Amino acid sequence: MRLVLRGITKRFGSVVANDSISLTVEPGEIHCLLGENGAGKSTLMNVLYGLYRADEGEIELDGEVQHFTGPGDAMAAGIGMVHQHFMLVPVFTVAENVMLGNESTGFAGTLDIDAARRRVTEISERFGFDVKPDAVVEDLPVGVQQRVEIIKALSRDAELLVFDEPTAVLTPQETDELMDIMRQLRESGKAIVFITHKLREVREVADRITVIRHGKVVGEADPKASNAELASMMVGRPVELVVQKDAPRVGDDAFVVRDLRVVDPAGHAQVDGISFTIRGGEVLAVAGVQGNGQTELTEAILGLQDDVSGSIRLDGTELVGRSTRKILDAGVGFIPEDRQVDGLVPNFTIAENLMLNRSFKSPFVKNGSLRIGALRAFAEQKLKEYDVRARDIDSLAANLSGGNQQKVVVARELSRDLRLLVAAQPTRGVDVGSIEFIHKQVVATRDSGIPVLVVSTELDEVVALADRIMVLYRGQIVGIVPADTPRQTLGLMMTGERPKDLKDVVA
Amino acid sequence: MSTATDNPTPDSGGLAPDTVVTPTAGSGARKLPVVLGVLVLGLAIVLLRSSHSGDTTFRLAAETDFVTLPDVVVPSGPTAWVMVVICLALTAEAVRRMLGHLRQPMWIPIAFAVAWMIGFLSWAAADSRILIVSLLGGAVALAVPLVFGALGGVLGERAGVVNIAIEGQLLLGAFAAAIAASTTGSPWAGLVAAAVAGALVALVLGLFAITYFVDQVIVGVVLNVLVLGLTNFMFRQVLAPNAESLNSPEGFSRLPIPILGDIPLIGPLLFRQTPLVYVLYAVVALVAWALYRTRWGLRVRAVGEHPKAADTVGIKVNRTRYRTILLAGAIAGMGGAYYSLVSVAAFNREMTGGAGYIALAAVIFGKWDPIRATLAALLFGFATNLQGVLSSIGSPVPSQFMLMLPYLVTILAVAGLVGRSRPPAADGVPYRKQ
Repeated sequence: MRLVLRGITKRFGSVVANDSISLTVEPGEIHCLLGENGAGKSTLMNVLYGLYRADEGEIELDGEVQHFTGPGDAMAAGIGMVHQHFMLVPVFTVAENVMLGNESTGFAGTLDIDAARRRVTEISERFGFDVKPDAVVEDLPVGVQQRVEIIKALSRDAELLVFDEPTAVLTPQETDELMDIMRQLRESGKAIVFITHKLREVREVADRITVIRHGKVVGEADPKASNAELASMMVGRPVELVVQKDAPRVGDDAFVVRDLRVVDPAGHAQVDGISFTIRGGEVLAVAGVQGNGQTELTEAILGLQDDVSGSIRLDGTELVGRSTRKILDAGVGFIPEDRQVDGLVPNFTIAENLMLNRSFKSPFVKNGSLRIGALRAFAEQKLKEYDVRARDIDSLAANLSGGNQQKVVVARELSRDLRLLVAAQPTRGVDVGSIEFIHKQVVATRDSGIPVLVVSTELDEVVALADRIMVLYRGQIVGIVPADTPRQTLGLMMTGERPKDLKDVVA
Repeated sequence: MSTATDNPTPDSGGLAPDTVVTPTAGSGARKLPVVLGVLVLGLAIVLLRSSHSGDTTFRLAAETDFVTLPDVVVPSGPTAWVMVVICLALTAEAVRRMLGHLRQPMWIPIAFAVAWMIGFLSWAAADSRILIVSLLGGAVALAVPLVFGALGGVLGERAGVVNIAIEGQLLLGAFAAAIAASTTGSPWAGLVAAAVAGALVALVLGLFAITYFVDQVIVGVVLNVLVLGLTNFMFRQVLAPNAESLNSPEGFSRLPIPILGDIPLIGPLLFRQTPLVYVLYAVVALVAWALYRTRWGLRVRAVGEHPKAADTVGIKVNRTRYRTILLAGAIAGMGGAYYSLVSVAAFNREMTGGAGYIALAAVIFGKWDPIRATLAALLFGFATNLQGVLSSIGSPVPSQFMLMLPYLVTILAVAGLVGRSRPPAADGVPYRKQ
């Protein structure tokens, strides 16, 4: 099926998310939409899928102009979407999810579950998916859940498949498998739109690349173009893709974790007896697929988990069992993985957000009342220093872009006397310019002699920042390896396999 | 992540999921032994403090049985103590499972409850008779509005709308049933009116909760109070002055079913009831079937679990929610008919007396499942009836304590024995399109 988008414009209030975007996707090709977070890729696809109504422009499928009033229409026209956040009901089985909205029924609306089972098995076998129709979705690994999304689209005879940031939640191995699936779908004549901001993937599978920046098409790129070329097109200026840093000048064993075990309320050990050490002036980066204990590890350090045993020592002081306030006061800086939930109060101003971790005493509070003057001066200074693009310090955090929100968090956390920095997903959902800036700050912190723990599910980021890499799998350490360990090996370790000849680097 | 493919065959049903989640003991496993321990201890203390000699008679037969079962006569004290020992054994088993991190099977609390109840009854009714049929049959009758209400709650919450307004739906249902049955002379018209009244309350709930995104709990509570005030006002102004014409409905009378009603024990229990109870059987079966076996049910559950996923496959989320809560309201409203057409045969102020909230507890205790919620409602009905039966035979338990019993059972049930329960993921969350 041939898709033509002509002059699509979508506004949200005064913001133009899509500015007259035109695009053609041919059957049997993989068409990449490359752009930063917030460039308007997902908005465009939501317009195509009938979730949003375009203000201007038209959608044409095989020469016919379409008027979608909802996703149902788009699906009926042959468009299938693999959403970034899977649109699957977790407590339903695979078969139930696949048939939902498209059920074949018998007498009095009775579900024909067998027909759905057969359909799942048939598609699953055709593409070698190995998905079982009676498995409950929430029990499946993310990679398999994604295949369920693909089956869901295919079971409705989709001819055009949209993949919205499909690799964000996958291991490197799962990503490779997904690339194979996309190629297979292309061979069978489907048209594929692949939305991503990851250059590596684009160059691997794309037949054509359209780059979008600030809601506009900035041009087509050659799939053979170099990473640097693609990145500068995407960002609009030359970008440093490599983090510049000197060899670490390491100090003593400043941060020591021994036999740490974190148990969740359901009784599962999310962190299962791990021990590691970070020296002053060193970055230990934690690699792993999301949900393998990283969140619980960082929260345990900050005193945010209930059931923690083992020992966490910072400069000889035990942190386990202390309140979060005491831990912060001991000099722990924390960039949480979800800034919207744990990092900021969205309805507070920038200035108010900047004092959240020092809301009890000097410099911002005296005798129980705020020292507004000191806070404002501090906020003004940080706004400049960290290049936060906002109208002024009284802007609400909620109105900032992801990158600028994250800069506020980083500014707050780094503006104290730190003894340890814990940075969880420091650049998730952040534009390339801000990524550069935040990475520089992390490296600067390390160079000032402070131990740094970075947690990231992006292997690129782990490799760029790490002096040593610790791979977590199901709450246990697979290994602690040097930063120059090949990606292949790291990817394998992220699935829990430990290469035989692997040697740990001991601190 | 895919393991070596063992090709699934098309006819392979009931396959285990890829990742096997090892069963670990949740908090329910730890709570159960504690609750059981407290209960058995309580019974033992009561027995020690005031032991009764004499016999207790359990009468299994009803007067008109086809086959008459003999009475069971047991010595009160010894029987009670034997039951305490059985309860202790069951508690020990629960403790063993807790220490071994094993799952607590359902038969433990059920067996415990039966043994405890026999022990308690033989003590409480020493030297007198317990009519098992009227004890249990009365429980079924008293549970009728609770079951209707709980079904209404289950349906609403499965679609993602918390139906706190069950109480209001019951009360307005009772009110409408009285008027309609009085003016038409037919209890069936009253039942229909009750359903319409319940749906009306649900419509208001939907308007605020679905269309205007108002907090569902608050709307529900406000609606209950509103209906309370409205019916009080109308009762005083309209019904009381015209009691002859508007508030003397033709009630439902007992309608034994020929053959089924003659089965010993079960017959008088289940099949010598009013037509409303038979309607209830049909509604329970229909809701349970429709929720799990039909397209409608699949969509209702999808909308309550993950409305956005439902939206992206072309299901109209809010339309589905409206339809479901209207149906839920109608079902809960029919429960209201029990009060003014079966229980009293006239409407009275505040006659539902908080049953809607008990029904809400049954929804949670029943883990949002129609059958389990029905059983939970029956349990609460039993507790209510037990209170009546015991005070009428003059048991040594103070009547104030007995009045507390249904609520005590509710709290114990919801807090202690429910185990791991998970409400629908989008329960109480309004759905907005961006």
